[in-house]
Amino acid sequence: MADAAGGRPRFDYQGVVAVAPVTIPYVRYSIRTAHWFLARALGQLLQVSGLGKSAIDGLCVSSFTLAPDTAIGLTQHLGVSPRWLDHIPLGGACGVVALRRAARAVQSGDADIVACLAGDTNHVDSFRLTLSNFSSFARDAVYPYGAGGPNASFAFLTANYMREYGVERADFGKLCVAQRENALRFEHALFRKPLTLDEYLDARPIADPLRLFDCVMPCAGADAFLVMSAERARSLGLPAVRILSTIERHNGFADDPIQARGGWAIDRDDLYDQAGVGPRDIDSLQVYDDYPVISLMQIEDLGFCEKGAGARFVRENSFTWNGTFPLNTSGGQLSAGQAGASGGYLGVVEAMRQLTGVAGDRQVKAARTGMVSGFGMINYDRGLASAAAILAAA
Amino acid sequence: MTRELVRPRRKNPVLRTRLPTLPPGGRSRVALGLTAAAALGRFELQRCRDCQAVQYPPVEACSRCLSVRLRWESQSGEGLLLARTELAHSNDLFFRERLPWQLGMVRLDCGPTVVVHLHGDCAEAPTRVRVDARLDRSGQAVLFAFPATETPNMADDPQLREFTCDPRFRKVLVTDGRTPLGQAIAESLVKAGADLVWVGQAEPWKQFPGLDALRAMPQVSIVPLDLTDSASVRELAAEIGGRVDIVVNNAEVHRTHGISDRQGIETARLEMDVNYFGLLRLAQSFGPALRARAADGPLGAVAWVNLLSIYALSNFPPHGTFSASKAAALSLSQCLRAEMRPAGVRVVNLFPGPIDDEWNQTVLPPKVSPAVLARALTAALKSGVEDVFPGDVAQEWLERWRDNPKALERELAG
Ligand SMILES: [Zn+2]
Repeated sequence: MADAAGGRPRFDYQGVVAVAPVTIPYVRYSIRTAHWFLARALGQLLQVSGLGKSAIDGLCVSSFTLAPDTAIGLTQHLGVSPRWLDHIPLGGACGVVALRRAARAVQSGDADIVACLAGDTNHVDSFRLTLSNFSSFARDAVYPYGAGGPNASFAFLTANYMREYGVERADFGKLCVAQRENALRFEHALFRKPLTLDEYLDARPIADPLRLFDCVMPCAGADAFLVMSAERARSLGLPAVRILSTIERHNGFADDPIQARGGWAIDRDDLYDQAGVGPRDIDSLQVYDDYPVISLMQIEDLGFCEKGAGARFVRENSFTWNGTFPLNTSGGQLSAGQAGASGGYLGVVEAMRQLTGVAGDRQVKAARTGMVSGFGMINYDRGLASAAAILAAA
Repeated sequence: MTRELVRPRRKNPVLRTRLPTLPPGGRSRVALGLTAAAALGRFELQRCRDCQAVQYPPVEACSRCLSVRLRWESQSGEGLLLARTELAHSNDLFFRERLPWQLGMVRLDCGPTVVVHLHGDCAEAPTRVRVDARLDRSGQAVLFAFPATETPNMADDPQLREFTCDPRFRKVLVTDGRTPLGQAIAESLVKAGADLVWVGQAEPWKQFPGLDALRAMPQVSIVPLDLTDSASVRELAAEIGGRVDIVVNNAEVHRTHGISDRQGIETARLEMDVNYFGLLRLAQSFGPALRARAADGPLGAVAWVNLLSIYALSNFPPHGTFSASKAAALSLSQCLRAEMRPAGVRVVNLFPGPIDDEWNQTVLPPKVSPAVLARALTAALKSGVEDVFPGDVAQEWLERWRDNPKALERELAG
């Protein structure tokens, strides 16, 4: 047991594993609803695991476009009767949070097998609708200001971050170019053409200093995985990953005038202590990359380099699947697309694939220990949720 | 630096007139506190009465101590611009038509971080700015950051002009030129750069003091307009309705009667006929034309101004029937405002205390002079406020009325 930030020891995640990472292929637009994507995700989980629907006694759902329904309504749509149910509206942090909650449910015996699903549809107007009603603060104090959506909010954070820490657009560009290279080896990525640094730098301006390739492309799709006991996974013959540790924090550093760090910086010692590993032991990192500045923030705040040393770290490393610091090895949202809440699952399922050795021609060599990090919910002027998990090959 | 506004070229009349779009107007109820203050030209934020923390965005409970005792209080708006961006893409039609659009993030000295529309003359971040609240075309308050010190042509910032109703280069109808106030308004609008000021005259065959001075201004054109005559109003609307950008309805009849000092309703009927039905006739004839031209380029139709009275809020018994007619006009102006809002045309109400004219001869000073009132009107158009209480008396009445309407009623009854 490791000491938590609160001083009391935290239980480990012994005996619980995550299995069966699945992805319902992303498409730019769909006339289907979120229910359609989530149903397909559950169907795929059953197919991959060989389980019947009645074996699923825990369900965890994240989606922006499920409204007016929530997880409870979805049980009737999907015809399941779980004894443990959760709905996690945490955007980019939902994957890690689903994993840690489901793990505790299985560990405590409240559920045997939890299906964790995230998915969204994308109609031609759904992004605009999501934006204008994202939160009461956004409706009152952000959307009436140009209705730029997250682009405008992250433009502020990016401009401030660049000025404060001497980051150049080319530094962000290097991450984006590497991720595109990774995406070319991920069959579900929406972007299938290589990206050059010049294309990145000269792209159409969106919200200065952000240009086109700094922004994710909203799309439709779903990702999912199962959480169950290690024995159950073994008897089903499913390749599994162990959970070494997790953290979660909301509205951290609330007094910072503008966001230049996230809650990871509060909890990372706890994260590494519980896992019994350090940053050097992480052989691939999946960060939430709705904008590259957030990737850099996570690299710093999770201790891979000092705060403010991100630019140098970028210049000294390479970030493709076979680079010195494999990052977002399936292309991240910037190159795979952002399928709503699925963006919070993308890193989790990719880490699971890397650690179980099924990442195909983007497989990181000898991947033993991976980290997934999540970030979510620009409620007003900053992202509120941060989360991270360290996973290991079983 | 902002370039001085140049007179836009005459629009090709064959081209389609752009339909009005509005910026997003949805707000939570608590956020309307910002709008209530901005309508009066004030920048107020909620402040906790228990821990003094200033709150933003508007909240139901103090985000520091959870107290629900929050009060809207005036703020200086001083702050530091932390970051800026130029939007090249928007999800909203109103902004799409106006890109690129400047935005900023400002740390106010009073505490909160705010997202603002940014004046083009603000320097690169970090730099000091002054934040103020403005009504946008949807009629809702937004925050706007200005450079900390005046810059040349500051009012001509194209983005700022989307929030104001500046008379510069615009065409204005002033409904009554016979009074010193009407003449002062015409002069003030001309000084503010209005292109053309039509001034109404109910009885065109009659001379009146000040007529020559009006005629001497090349921008002024005297037109026949009798608000008690529907045909007269319709005729003028048919002639100039398609060109008017701002209507200033200053025509009024003011008699000094209560109920029991006079028999019959003739004078009261005349007051209503001008002060209330006159507004109704005018709104029916000119309102649709203004709405249709609200998005007509950078100088489209923008505002409708009503000369009401502080007596519209609470009856002043010595001028009892006049007060009642102004209360009726106030109520109708709210209807007009609701009908003009979808087009983004602002309805501005002036609530002066006693004007220094013949009908207030026996009212003790302070009284507001026509020139001061006219300047307040022009200033209101330039800053884009909705309700104007010019002069000390009006300000004091407003405070008393907001504090306790019943107490004011008793005080006015004497
Ligand atoms: Zn408080």
